[in-house]
Amino acid sequence: MTELLQWARYHWQRLVSGTPRDDDERPYSYFSLLACGGKPSRTPRAAGKHRVVVPHLWPFKDEYEKFSGTYVNNRIRTTKYTLLNFVPRNLFEQFHRAANLYFLFLVVLNWVPLVEAFQKEITMLPLVVVLTIIAIKDGLEDYRKYKIDKQINNLVTKVYSRKEKKYVDRCWKDVTVGDFIRLSCNEVIPADIVLLFSTDPDGICHIETSGLDGESNLKQRQVVRGYAEQDSEVDPEKFSSRIECESPNNDLNRFRGFLEHSNKERVGLSKENLLLRGCTIRNTEAVMGIVVYAGHETKAMLNNSGPRYKRSKLERRANTDVLWCILLLVIMCLTGALGHGIWLSRYEHIPFFNIPDPDGHVISPLLAGFYMFWTMIILLQVLIPISLYVSIEIVKLGQIYFIQNDVDFYNEKMDSTIQCRALNITEDLGQIQYLFSDKTGTLTENKMVFRSCSVAGFDYCHEENARRLESYQEAVSEDADAAGPPSGSLISMVKPRAPSCRTVHNGPLGSKSSNHLTGSCSASGSGEGASEGPHSRQAAFSSPIETDVVPDTRLLDKFSQITPQLLASLDETTPDPPLEALYIIDFFIALAICNTVVVSAPNQPRQKVGLSALSGMPIKSLEEIKSLFQRLSVRRSSSPSLASGKEPWSGVPHAFVSRLPLFSRTKPASPVEEDVSRTDRSPQGSGTSARPIETEKRNGDTDVAGSKAEPLPGQPLASSLCYEAESPDEAALVYAARAYQCTLRSRSPERVVLDFAALGPLTFQLLHILPFDSVRKRMSVVVRHPLSGQVVVYTKGADSVVMRLLAAAAPDGPSLEKQQVMIREQTQKHLDGYAKRGLRTLCIAKRVMSDTEYAEWLSNHFSAETSIDNREELLLESAMKLENKLTLLGATGIEDRLQEGVPESIDALHKAGIKIWMLTGDKQETAVNIAYACKLLEPDDKLFILNTESKDACVMLMDTILKEIQKKNPASPEPASLSEDLHRPPAAQNSGLQAGLVITGKTLEFALQESLQRQFLELTACCQAVVCCRATPLQKSEVVKLVRSHLQVMTLAIGDGANDVSMIQVADIGIGISGQEGMQAVMASDFAISQFKHLSKLLLVHGHWCYIRLSNMILYFFYKNVAYVNLLFWYQFFCGFSGTSMTDYWVLIFFNLLFTSAPPVIYGVLEKDKSAETLMQLPELYMSGQKSEAYLPRTFWITLLDAFYQSLVCFFVPYYAYRGSDIDIFTFGNPLNTAALFIILLHLVIESKNLTWIHGLVIVGSILSYFLFALAFGAMCVTCNPPSNPYWIMQEHMLDPVFYLVCVLTTCAALLPRLTYRVLQGSLFPSPILRAKHFD
Amino acid sequence: MTWSATARGAHQPDNTAFTQQRLPAWQPLLSASIALPLFFCAGLAFIGLGLGLYYSSNGIKELEYDYTGDLGTSNCSVCAAAGQGRAPPPRCSCAWYFSLPELFQGPVYLYYELTNFYQNYRRYGVSRDDEQLSGLPSALRHPANECAPYQLSAAGLPIAPCGAIANSLFNDSFSLWHQRRAGGPYVEVPLDRTGIAWWTDYHVKFRNPPLVNGSLALAFQGTAPPPNWHRPVYELSTDPNNTGFINQDFVVWMRTAALPTFRKLYARIRQGNYSAGLPRGAYRVNITYNYPVRAFGGHKRIIFSSISWMGGKNPFLGIAYLVVGSLCILMGFVMLVVYIRYQDQNDEDEE
Repeated sequence: MTELLQWARYHWQRLVSGTPRDDDERPYSYFSLLACGGKPSRTPRAAGKHRVVVPHLWPFKDEYEKFSGTYVNNRIRTTKYTLLNFVPRNLFEQFHRAANLYFLFLVVLNWVPLVEAFQKEITMLPLVVVLTIIAIKDGLEDYRKYKIDKQINNLVTKVYSRKEKKYVDRCWKDVTVGDFIRLSCNEVIPADIVLLFSTDPDGICHIETSGLDGESNLKQRQVVRGYAEQDSEVDPEKFSSRIECESPNNDLNRFRGFLEHSNKERVGLSKENLLLRGCTIRNTEAVMGIVVYAGHETKAMLNNSGPRYKRSKLERRANTDVLWCILLLVIMCLTGALGHGIWLSRYEHIPFFNIPDPDGHVISPLLAGFYMFWTMIILLQVLIPISLYVSIEIVKLGQIYFIQNDVDFYNEKMDSTIQCRALNITEDLGQIQYLFSDKTGTLTENKMVFRSCSVAGFDYCHEENARRLESYQEAVSEDADAAGPPSGSLISMVKPRAPSCRTVHNGPLGSKSSNHLTGSCSASGSGEGASEGPHSRQAAFSSPIETDVVPDTRLLDKFSQITPQLLASLDETTPDPPLEALYIIDFFIALAICNTVVVSAPNQPRQKVGLSALSGMPIKSLEEIKSLFQRLSVRRSSSPSLASGKEPWSGVPHAFVSRLPLFSRTKPASPVEEDVSRTDRSPQGSGTSARPIETEKRNGDTDVAGSKAEPLPGQPLASSLCYEAESPDEAALVYAARAYQCTLRSRSPERVVLDFAALGPLTFQLLHILPFDSVRKRMSVVVRHPLSGQVVVYTKGADSVVMRLLAAAAPDGPSLEKQQVMIREQTQKHLDGYAKRGLRTLCIAKRVMSDTEYAEWLSNHFSAETSIDNREELLLESAMKLENKLTLLGATGIEDRLQEGVPESIDALHKAGIKIWMLTGDKQETAVNIAYACKLLEPDDKLFILNTESKDACVMLMDTILKEIQKKNPASPEPASLSEDLHRPPAAQNSGLQAGLVITGKTLEFALQESLQRQFLELTACCQAVVCCRATPLQKSEVVKLVRSHLQVMTLAIGDGANDVSMIQVADIGIGISGQEGMQAVMASDFAISQFKHLSKLLLVHGHWCYIRLSNMILYFFYKNVAYVNLLFWYQFFCGFSGTSMTDYWVLIFFNLLFTSAPPVIYGVLEKDKSAETLMQLPELYMSGQKSEAYLPRTFWITLLDAFYQSLVCFFVPYYAYRGSDIDIFTFGNPLNTAALFIILLHLVIESKNLTWIHGLVIVGSILSYFLFALAFGAMCVTCNPPSNPYWIMQEHMLDPVFYLVCVLTTCAALLPRLTYRVLQGSLFPSPILRAKHFD
Repeated sequence: MTWSATARGAHQPDNTAFTQQRLPAWQPLLSASIALPLFFCAGLAFIGLGLGLYYSSNGIKELEYDYTGDLGTSNCSVCAAAGQGRAPPPRCSCAWYFSLPELFQGPVYLYYELTNFYQNYRRYGVSRDDEQLSGLPSALRHPANECAPYQLSAAGLPIAPCGAIANSLFNDSFSLWHQRRAGGPYVEVPLDRTGIAWWTDYHVKFRNPPLVNGSLALAFQGTAPPPNWHRPVYELSTDPNNTGFINQDFVVWMRTAALPTFRKLYARIRQGNYSAGLPRGAYRVNITYNYPVRAFGGHKRIIFSSISWMGGKNPFLGIAYLVVGSLCILMGFVMLVVYIRYQDQNDEDEE
């Protein structure tokens, strides 16, 4: 029922808000800082109509009025209500809930005199109370929004005023379309603005969009073409152009329009020219622009969507039972109607009690029966629990409160805890059967660590680096126990802290670096742990573990042979070793420049390092693709409060680094003073690479002499450079290159400066960047080599792709080619080896082009770029043309380490009967290895690999595997049907063969086809774990959809990146990991956690609790209402089915509303059938929730039966006790009520497994409130409530021993069966849950 | 590691027993071993109570007589037959003779019982005006609509007391005569007709309207009696403290019965020689037979009953206590068996 009404409500809301988009269809739910949860209250004008913006200055006044007069101003109002319309509108909204309508119907029904059962006013009470509670809740929420709105509206910005001929402060709300706005660095953009001027010489402005999409990296925006070249600021007075653009829409990634100068010359506008409201200006001193969209028409506001709405499985189940209750109600009412008709026909003409109408007619039994049906509905309305929905909402709020307050979910490194974004599906957490997990960033840390490389066929395994990483790992695990607070500043750092020191002493590191003990002690304590400080995301991908690579000694040796002379003889045919050296040089150049990494110096955190005066051919190609979305991921503003000193420090790498001859030789000296002041100024600003220096300073505290050399401006120290990369892999490679003295110095759109150890600085003219995309799976840079002058293409990409693009070389060709073949074979071998070790592999290749070749390609490429139709395809084609005939240079292996606690969590979840699927875009070997590492696959599991190129082969393979499994598993029945298979106890699966399935993206495509789905699911049902590798985001969501819809199971998807969003949205529960890859996954999720390991507690403990709590509470609600209402029903048999209630109406209403409402809510919030520790230790207990054991249809009917029994006892014990006495109606009802209260409350006590003082307080409070009410009401109500007059009844009864005897007997007799059952259950056949109780 | 307040992250949840859901709790482990003593104790207590109740109920004497007058069963059948089909039935008297071989232990209460009379029929039950009955002059003149069709008389006068309940006031009357010796004269036993209603009803809830010139009749002037009544409400009794709305018979009647078979207290016998009870001898109850019940298959009974601390005679409560107590004991034994048989097994399980 509620489902329906929620649906109706939702659609109505959509109608009102006028945003015709569907929850399921919208790709991401962008979330605005500025207007949380609100929805645009204005309908965006239909697309197609254009908006004309002219400056809001008086020469254009008429024109302005004509065009822009109707555009909304920048005042926002996200509130739903105003003071005036609150009551009507809120009521209007509330009555879109069917439950409320039902109760309204009852109220109205009671106003019909013929069927009236209660006093008219009384029936309104529950409805009024419920409506009031909800209205208060809505009102408070709205008021909070109002305050936020007000705050935002009153923010100040600089708007050009013609009167004063300068920019003056103006409130945001007074900004209108056409205003000129000037913003300084770090200011928030008040409206959508077309950028006309930037102090940046390139006409670039950086904005941070974290307020919009949570991504903290910077995005570039450009001044409108034609204005960038102007040196001086655009004078608003002279601005006579007008802007025509599309009507407001919510597409953040699209903005189309043009700017028309007074001479009718048009300049195109794109999203690159648009500054979006809610973003922050970064890195740019000042910008100026003209407002095109304001207020609710800004893209940020149009992107506000309400909170996610999901209906939990349990609630769906409860809704069907509400329908059963309605059926029961109808049956009871029909019984009443029929009974009344029959009864009346017997006594039709007895004027004594069949009262004639005023006109003397006597109502006919048939008609009376019909009326009685409705009267009964009013009388027995309580059967449909009006308070159930309110209670469920309250209980869920309580549950969420506890989930959010669990310290175990707190990640001190990020100072974040779990976020519950969906408020109404907590109990689904306890019923998860299938878990779909992303790999990178979810299971792993998404911290790419350079592990190995293979250059020119030689493998350099970087053993020292590996050892460094191992020691980190141990330090981390030790540190996890210590849970030290991230150290604040340098001063606090120096203080030795016991746990940190212990870490060092225990670890292998401690012994090694004992000479640096004081230094490394404090550092390693916070070591890697602290490196993820609260703002580490801003300094993304640059924890010391990633940045400090220890070079391989063999490779270093080879490096040392590189001399400029070697390069000089580039063109000559050189003997083998130098060729290898060339390979090495090229390899590292490729590592350093084949990326989109942005270099910044930490002491100028928001300043790009670049030689701005560079001239040359500006290549602004591929604008439409990612290049302008280069993630610059620069830190946030360096306000000390934000930084609060959680800066990662580490001396550990230094301990190694300093012992390496090369490093110590070239270690740049750093002035201490500079260091300290820098630290003070921007504590978190000093980048990761500055760390060794800091450590050095601490180590050699007294020896500061000789380190006074100032670093050259614009030429920062190599080790103090920060690399901010689009993906952590890139950064890892650049850091790796830096370790070999091949340092990326700076990057501008035109050139890249590289510091190569032996060769000195090299400046590469950057001709082109072909950015990474998931189709090509590679990226390339085209540069002009400074030494050879040739055009060189460096390509880096997935091995499978790059290997295919290599220049074909015959094995018997010239020696060079032969060598290439050899290199290729060796590299492939190494790649396989890396993959086996679970490393992410990349191939590095290059291609030397002749100038003519390049020119030819370039012209093609330009035509592709400028084409309108299928530009993407043409660009792809063009890229293909460039990236072939490559020469393989080598390969890299990057490790993405497992997150802490992942194997344990996976193991626990496995034991909990959850089937875990890993869906990753990584290659098969890597995925399988990670799967083994995280215990997803056990070493003795039988692994089936589905990797076929055609559908038929896929079918065959699946058949074979199925047969094999069945052969080995004769015990388990053939999975005849999916549902049967599903219900097979997991124990049966455990007994047999443990199988894992690996399927690749291509095969998955076949398996997801309609005809193979069934077989595929059958196959997966036999497997403990499924690994899908090379899966696209779409495939991920399709897999989830398939499993969810075909197996009818509860699914959970967890992921951290944008590629997981669709999967997260499709699953029953989506969990986002707030990690390194922006906030898109979190924004789309229902719950956001910071680490995978939290999932096990979230599911096993909170999920279990929430499910048990809510299902028991719902059952209890049904029980309570049925038991109580039946008392009234039984009485009908003794009053001629006339709808008399033996209870005072007030008591009747309050019974549900007041006396028995709080205990179930408390029960629903606080019930704990087992302690958290037990649940974590015995994950098997989770299975009860998966099988919905707490709330099966059977349970519901047993509960109803018990309710019937109890109501029978509760009615008939007093009935027989008072039969034949002179008792009156309401005196008779009093013991019934009192006993019912005790029965209902004690029933809860029996059902509770965990009674705290809060329970005690609430139960005693309920009983007291009942008696106090009854006494007070009985004392004061003399004539107040005809005809049910409770006057002095409770007082009389309190003095009557029989009253107590009846109540005690009734209560005991009613609860005896359930108590006995529970006791016998506890002793005879304890459920696993009870059994586990003994472990508590 | 200790956390200082300043070192804590801004979003760190409080680590208290409440927020971490570690409140100390009583966790009732419902198992046979724990429930055993509970069941035995409860069972024994219930059986004890049950026995007590049973015996005290048995000690209560009851004497009842059905005077409805079904064909030839008693001399009231004449009246019943005479009243058949006539409303209101003519005045008719009959008598019930009985003798007590021994003292009927007092205090003795005289009840009348009606069966099949649905005072709890909703439309009947609401047909009253409590405000009128509480003596509110305005309500006296303007009875509540619920009273309809007994709200206004045919002449348009407000009916006082209005409503179906008042209209159907039980109007049989009884007098008790005692013959001390066989053949001796019958002496009327004084029936205390006061104090039969709840004290609060008589003193608070039911009030006469303010007297006009010291006269109750004048206070009720301009009202009509209910159609079935032969006399106005202020003439229900000659005793000024027992007439009008505070007539105790009326007050008792207005407390509508819970079940279709009900008793109402008619009088208490506690005066003079009869304060200890009804002495042995022959008795006669003179019945003024007015109230027609046969039309709806009802019966009228007259009951003498003694009273104990638990009210009237009702063996049910005692028996129910005994049964529930026995069940508890039985369950206790079952649990004992369970405990003995399964305890070891459970222990093994746990190991």
